[in-house]
Amino acid sequence: MSLIIALPIIIPLLAGALSLALWRSHLAQRWLGVVGTAALLWAGIALLNDTWHDGIQVMHMGNWPAPFGIVLVSDLLGAIMVVLTGITGFATALYSLVAIPRAHEKFGYYPLLHLLLAGVSGAFLTGDIFNLYVWFEVMLVASFALIILGGERAQMEGAIKYVTLNLLSSALFLTAIGLLYGVVGSLNMADVADKLGQIEGEQQGLITVISMLFLVAFSIKAAAFPLFFWLPASYHTPQVAVSAIFAGLLTKVGVYVLFRFFTLIFNQDTGLTHTLLLWIALFTMLTGVLGAAAQYEFRRILSFHIISQIGYMILGLALLTPLAIVGGVFYIMHHIIVKANLFLVSGLVYRLRGSYDLKKLGGLYRTHPWLALLFLIPALSLAGLPPLSGFFAKFVIIRAGVEAGEWIAVAVALVVGLLTLYSMIKIWNEVFWKAEPEGGCSESPAYTHQGDSLRMYYLPIAMLAAMTVLIGLGAQPVYELAEASAAQLLNPSGYIEAVLGVKP
Amino acid sequence: METLMAIVVGVLYATALYMMLRRSIVKLVIGLILLSNAANLLIFTAGGLRSGAPPLVPEGMSQPVGMIADPLTQALILTAIVISFGVLAFAVVLIHRAYEVVKEDDMDMMKDTDR
Repeated sequence: MSLIIALPIIIPLLAGALSLALWRSHLAQRWLGVVGTAALLWAGIALLNDTWHDGIQVMHMGNWPAPFGIVLVSDLLGAIMVVLTGITGFATALYSLVAIPRAHEKFGYYPLLHLLLAGVSGAFLTGDIFNLYVWFEVMLVASFALIILGGERAQMEGAIKYVTLNLLSSALFLTAIGLLYGVVGSLNMADVADKLGQIEGEQQGLITVISMLFLVAFSIKAAAFPLFFWLPASYHTPQVAVSAIFAGLLTKVGVYVLFRFFTLIFNQDTGLTHTLLLWIALFTMLTGVLGAAAQYEFRRILSFHIISQIGYMILGLALLTPLAIVGGVFYIMHHIIVKANLFLVSGLVYRLRGSYDLKKLGGLYRTHPWLALLFLIPALSLAGLPPLSGFFAKFVIIRAGVEAGEWIAVAVALVVGLLTLYSMIKIWNEVFWKAEPEGGCSESPAYTHQGDSLRMYYLPIAMLAAMTVLIGLGAQPVYELAEASAAQLLNPSGYIEAVLGVKP
Repeated sequence: METLMAIVVGVLYATALYMMLRRSIVKLVIGLILLSNAANLLIFTAGGLRSGAPPLVPEGMSQPVGMIADPLTQALILTAIVISFGVLAFAVVLIHRAYEVVKEDDMDMMKDTDR
């Protein structure tokens, strides 16, 4: 037991509190944002290193033994997610240095950002279901406030949908928690998994009902079909830095929890639950990508693509073969980096041209060839072209689908990949390649910055693009990491033993 | 008693969902409030209802004797109430601000972001 498991939660909380204390000094808050997220990234990497070498790490809060107290557990998937949180947080903090208007800083952008990161890390590391609910709420409250910073009409409208559906999902989550506690009398994930393994007969039906409640609650968070409507209605409304961190992290928290629950806890009736997940995955992919095809607004296209990509991850979970889970984990790793990056690029385009509307944009390749290249890397990676990270992620999942004989899933995954390429090429053509339309950039950017340097916009974008290329070219170590975490996920007894300290 | 509570909880959920499906944003928030209360009552009932048996450990023993009321569900609800209080306070402010910006108490007028 070491303190390192708690660090990814403590660091952002501390940084957030410090930012509050430095309320008047925006300069200090900005750099605290960079330093705090860098420290979070460091803590994540240290935690992943420990988990990789010494197995699952467990910390009993307040030294209460396992089923009674709250535990923090870091298995490989949790640690990987924390590292990704650190990466996204760091990139966003760097981007925020120049991209966040003064007025937003004044209303507490940085404390909220840290609080959001603390909530996300907490959700990845907790081993207790009710504690998970609490971290979800921490994350949600911070995201509610971030999404309306600025107070424009579109933001209000988007926020009402976002808040309502997320609160509905929280209520369902709470309902499921209550029923689960009524049945098994415990909320420690490992303990629940252990006890559910022994339940037989009539109770099994009730457990399936509870698992469905969890499924619906987390599907709303993950924006899976048919519960994704809040996402395209709200993700394109806030500041780009906020959009980027939402797009990269928040829905993936839902996906992570689905992975956790439907490998560790609800693995009794896989015939029902995972078939359902399979169809959810297929429809999620299709509706997401078709929705994107109809859009002509930069960030809305990207928002719809979040949905279609979530489908791939759920597909990995639904197939539930070792290879498929590897693919799912790999996909999450690749997707968080790529998606956050695409949003950052869209923000830079807005900064240069003052519009997100594809019809008003154009000619950026001529004036900013490097930006065009930096867009093309994550865009083609999202579509799954080799040798970028997305190719391997898609390849592993489709390979798993072929091996499982799920031909419909394979066909859908391939078609959706093609349509993703279509969408990305559409953006490329409209924003970068075609000649600039007459009077297209007459709109000046809505806000101005002091000390606004374009170089600072490029830095996080280039950093994330480099990671995409590195994951693609050096896929083997990343694949091994995903493989090891999939092995842990598919062997729940290891997790249970690590937490409870006994062999189940 | 459990049966009665189950009916109450069910009615609360139904009312909450009905309110959330209305077009008015004020009714939407009322629906959210009812929903969070329904969830809290459900946890309370699911943990088992027992009166006159506080979870106290008699002197000289290490655990309470007999059937006792479950303190954990009450702790859970307490946490959930505090959280929902904060979140709903935010929701109330949000609809107020939204009303100021949009000048309508009608969800159908809030379609700008869907176009």
